[in-house]
Amino acid sequence: MARLSIPSEANTAAWFFLAPALLLIGVFFFLPVAASLVLSVTDFDLYGIADPGNTRFVGLQNYSKLLQTPDFWAALRNTFYFAFVGGPLTIAVALGAALLLSSKLVRFKGFFRTIYFTPFVTTLVAVAIVWRYLYHTRYGLINYGLSYVGIGPIDWLGDPDWAMPAIILMAVWKSFGYNMLIFIAGLQSIPEELYDAAEIDGAGPIRRFFSITLPMLMPTLVFVSVVTMIGYFQLFAEPYVMTQGGPLRSTTSVVLLMYEEGFRWWRMGYAAAIAFVLFVVILIATLLQFRLQKERA
Amino acid sequence: MSSRESVMDSARQRERITRVLLYTLLVIGAVLALLPMVWMVSASLMPSGEASSFPPHFFPSRPTLEHYTDLFTRLNLGRYLLNSAFVALVVTSASLIINAMAGYAFAKLRFRGRDRLFRALSTGLVLPVQVAMLPLFLLLKNMGLINTYWGVIIPGLASIFGIFLVRQYALAIPDEMLDAARVDGASEFRIFWSIVVPGIMPILATLSIWTFLATWNDFMWPLIVLSDASHYTLPVALANLSGEHVQDIELMMAGSVLTVIPVMLVFLFLQRYYIQGVMAGSVKG
Repeated sequence: MARLSIPSEANTAAWFFLAPALLLIGVFFFLPVAASLVLSVTDFDLYGIADPGNTRFVGLQNYSKLLQTPDFWAALRNTFYFAFVGGPLTIAVALGAALLLSSKLVRFKGFFRTIYFTPFVTTLVAVAIVWRYLYHTRYGLINYGLSYVGIGPIDWLGDPDWAMPAIILMAVWKSFGYNMLIFIAGLQSIPEELYDAAEIDGAGPIRRFFSITLPMLMPTLVFVSVVTMIGYFQLFAEPYVMTQGGPLRSTTSVVLLMYEEGFRWWRMGYAAAIAFVLFVVILIATLLQFRLQKERA
Repeated sequence: MSSRESVMDSARQRERITRVLLYTLLVIGAVLALLPMVWMVSASLMPSGEASSFPPHFFPSRPTLEHYTDLFTRLNLGRYLLNSAFVALVVTSASLIINAMAGYAFAKLRFRGRDRLFRALSTGLVLPVQVAMLPLFLLLKNMGLINTYWGVIIPGLASIFGIFLVRQYALAIPDEMLDAARVDGASEFRIFWSIVVPGIMPILATLSIWTFLATWNDFMWPLIVLSDASHYTLPVALANLSGEHVQDIELMMAGSVLTVIPVMLVFLFLQRYYIQGVMAGSVKG
């Protein structure tokens, strides 16, 4: 067989280096992803775990049932709420912090950068527990602080209207530092001469931001948006620890619903359908973002 | 005073005002970023009941370590600490070798279908891990690995992102260096170990801290795999504890401190490498 110009011993060596990684990723990631699609068209449940013979092919029944279940629509709505309010908010805070830290007038940049980044490296479960108490209606520091500016106690995690904003606030605090670092890297790559030229032409700071910084930062902004959005679509630990998806299902996310259906009630076929809807949502959102980027360019 | 001096004076004045404004914003931001962590440590030192009194105390009236001793004597937290450390260390060291080997092969070895294979692998970056979780659980169950450390460890041993990072970095190794070693009769593994690994050390350092922190902080997968308390990692144990001991705020804060402090120390000592990883991850391939 023709082997192009590559000697066969080079092939052998390459496969020796690749085998462990490809085997692991193939067996423990790509294979399960594919199997998930199969699982989603079966009624695999607790009886299936006991004996796979109890499993039947049900076609798209899981999907049609899903679309008729209010809990699923609530989970989808909550997840979108989280991604489309929390995502832009995180990016805005991150960009603000990055701009502050990129000013020539500021010293101790490394010090502030480290502080802002600290929440990102902390363990989500631990800080979610901390925030649960900060949000406490009576003993929480947040309501106590608000009482000083004349705002009455808010039942942050107990009121269906406030639970999602509360989780978003915590998520923004936890994750803006990561995006901030990427923005700082992006800002550093903008040539200084552009600003100098604009300043000579009499452009003020706001004009300079919209005419130079923002357009030059566009690729970074798209990258950050995609990564943040994908991360936020996978919301799980915050509601699991802080609210258990309540009150009144107001913080149940798609992944939390998948976890409950799959690993608490063992309706794995049904849960696999939920997982696939999540995948499709993430795929569409990612493609849309890249399409937007192309149109602007 | 000449008009020129006064113009410079007002420019300097404006700069001073801007600077004060910038620092004010930065300090407010820093306080907001640190406040929850400071309160966590502070509340963990309060005597029982003080964190749930009104008006709220910010500092303990009488600092005590009783909640920490409680965690170790009564609640077995030492065990969970060891479990977390074991899982994170095994995943970090083994995945480092596995990802480095694959990343190097994609960057520097020539074989049929290399670029197509790499592109196929890269599609995995947009697949959410949650999609794999249900069949993965069934697979590991059939292998008898549910409720074992290996069930937590194995899916983390190879990472597409890790391979991707190593590949980017290894591309810069000059081919002449590798060819020279080949002419001298060095085996491919010898070349990898003695030339490539030292050459990509910075990215390996970055990747190891990255992996360690991600594994230590991971929650959903250990929660699914581990059902027996003796195998719990810290986040799972803590989430479980918070379900049972909701009332004892000080105890929960002590548990949170013990979960968070180790990773924060690792980060603070090695932040240079960690931050490089964030920046490297944002480089468009």
